Amino acid sequence: MNRIDRKFQELKIEKKPAFIPFITAGDPELRTTRELILEFEKRGADIIELGIPFSDPIADGPIIQASYYRALMRGSKVAHVFDMVTEVRKKSEIPIVSMVSYSTVFKKGYQNFIESSLKAGLDGLTIPDLPVEENHELFEIAKKNDFKIVCFVAPTTSDHRMAMIAQQAQGFLYYISVVGITGVRDKLPDDIVQNIKKLKQMTKIPVAVGFGVSTSDHAKMISTVADGVIVGSAIMREIEKYEKEPTEKLIKCVGDFVGQLISGTKG
Amino acid sequence: MVTTMTQSKMQGCGGISGKTILPDKTGHFGRFGGKFVPETIMPALDQLEKAYLEAKGDPSFNAELDYYLREYVGRPSTLYYAERLTKKLNGAKIYLKREDLNHTGAHKINNTIGQILLAIRMGKKRIIAETGAGQHGVATATAAAMFGIDCEVYMGEEDIRRQALNVFRMKLLGAKVVPVSSGSRTLKDATNEALRDWMASVRNTHYIIGSVVGPHPYPMIVRDFQVIIGKEVRKQILEKERRLPDYLIACVGGGSNSMGLFHPFLEDREVNMIGVEAGGLGIEIGQHASTLTSGEIGILHGSSSYVLQDEDGQTLPVHSISAGLDYPGVGPEHSYLKDIGRAKYVSITDDEAVNAFQECARLEGIIPALEAAHAIAYTIKFAPKLSKDKIIVLCLSGSGDKDSFEVAKKLGYKI
Repeated sequence: MNRIDRKFQELKIEKKPAFIPFITAGDPELRTTRELILEFEKRGADIIELGIPFSDPIADGPIIQASYYRALMRGSKVAHVFDMVTEVRKKSEIPIVSMVSYSTVFKKGYQNFIESSLKAGLDGLTIPDLPVEENHELFEIAKKNDFKIVCFVAPTTSDHRMAMIAQQAQGFLYYISVVGITGVRDKLPDDIVQNIKKLKQMTKIPVAVGFGVSTSDHAKMISTVADGVIVGSAIMREIEKYEKEPTEKLIKCVGDFVGQLISGTKG
Repeated sequence: MVTTMTQSKMQGCGGISGKTILPDKTGHFGRFGGKFVPETIMPALDQLEKAYLEAKGDPSFNAELDYYLREYVGRPSTLYYAERLTKKLNGAKIYLKREDLNHTGAHKINNTIGQILLAIRMGKKRIIAETGAGQHGVATATAAAMFGIDCEVYMGEEDIRRQALNVFRMKLLGAKVVPVSSGSRTLKDATNEALRDWMASVRNTHYIIGSVVGPHPYPMIVRDFQVIIGKEVRKQILEKERRLPDYLIACVGGGSNSMGLFHPFLEDREVNMIGVEAGGLGIEIGQHASTLTSGEIGILHGSSSYVLQDEDGQTLPVHSISAGLDYPGVGPEHSYLKDIGRAKYVSITDDEAVNAFQECARLEGIIPALEAAHAIAYTIKFAPKLSKDKIIVLCLSGSGDKDSFEVAKKLGYKI
């Protein structure tokens, strides 16, 4: 069974929401990313969303863009990211879903990219710029391999589209909490609860919420309605803050921050 | 049969048969095109497509568009016989389609007027745009001013430096120019930033893309608003020469002026089409922007097309002296025309373009945009190889006033 499905089954029994930290692969460097993944697991994270850096990420705000830019400037290649995941797998069975631009998947070829992902030990992909209308071929290959392509639903998504996406969904559904790009926000919109309730009536697949989720209060609020909480920019901002510090300090400080978010989520 | 063909040509009919109407329903031109954007803006693309198709079939929309193109833009633009250039090159007869004579000095306004009318139809209260050379930014700011709509234009810091005059023009027109400091600080990054704005503002904002690029339905909509160029050329050349041209030549960055010129002639097998890309400083990576001549199929800014990227799908740096051609992607329909062999694409260097810029000024009294100077440079190489009974129509897509500072600098003048 795919690690993502297994994790959500366990959490269902425990009646706990999943906490899903996002982290850019290779910022400040891949060795640190590997250590951070292990640290997050130790702190109680359930699934890792691993961002593969892309030169032109249109769904991402300044914090993640800058982290991608730093990683690319240091020469982070997709092959190196796979190698790092292989290293993580020697020590951990935490589910890892990779956020990757469709540009990269397309360039590498569907079959090739999924095979490499599986070989490295990834459990699924989120591809923010690949809408359901365009993903059929990739989906078929993924399904055959019990590999999850995580689909997105946005506040702008119509009921009709929502139903179409819910029907295709695998692993979990990613609900984009705000109309906008990723980033740190003070307040989350009010329509989250209503939209997630609607979505949950359409599918049994777990729903996780991301984009703009920045504080443990946000995490707490979301965990009352959703099955998972995704935090990205707020974590990457912490990493940026401690980038010049010794690696151990960075790992401890970012770990503490993630620990707080986890307490917020799990109550 | 022959008579029927000629009649349809004489009437200025586009001649596109039902079979070849592209994109298909899903927005693809063969293996190119599509919609590769975040879910947040998918509904807006559906809304735009629906609104556009309704508008296209609405006589009052078309009448309004015609009115503004005629009374405000000054269409039709002339098809001018470049007599001295023709004599100097001593080959094919050269006609210039004078898009530089449009209001705001380039072809870009054909599209912005059309799209702003669409935006109004959709009830959108705010307009955003990206710009490279600033011509699309100026054309958008102009249309927005004329219709009294708020307008913000994203522009790379490098382009702001190169195109200070257009930045000032946009500000005069009441638009807000937003500097983009990410990535290469040029057109690609301005497009990213405009898309990010749209992710957040999609409910009340229309994004006016300036070229035949981006997710469906943009390549189709921008093309349809630019085909007026080719439709006029067809009518004008038939009046002047009683026949269709042998060659159409136009520059290709994203590819809107060339698509506008080419498209109405796609079914006329005797008409050859040549798109001219920016060869920059040479063929090395990062030194040029020749997407069709040296790129590979990939994804950029919401569609599948030829792109300049590395083995991980990361966009490669590009260079051109012309800010309007300095772009690592190209419209999907151009990729399709290349693949089926209907159009040919070539490349011209910075130096060749700057020479053509001066040559056109001296011989014809027309200072062309650096973008169009690429098309002229290729014509200078190509026309002498053709016999005198051949006809070339070249799209002079814009005026070079905006480029005077950049060219002066390149030639060592201090202004």
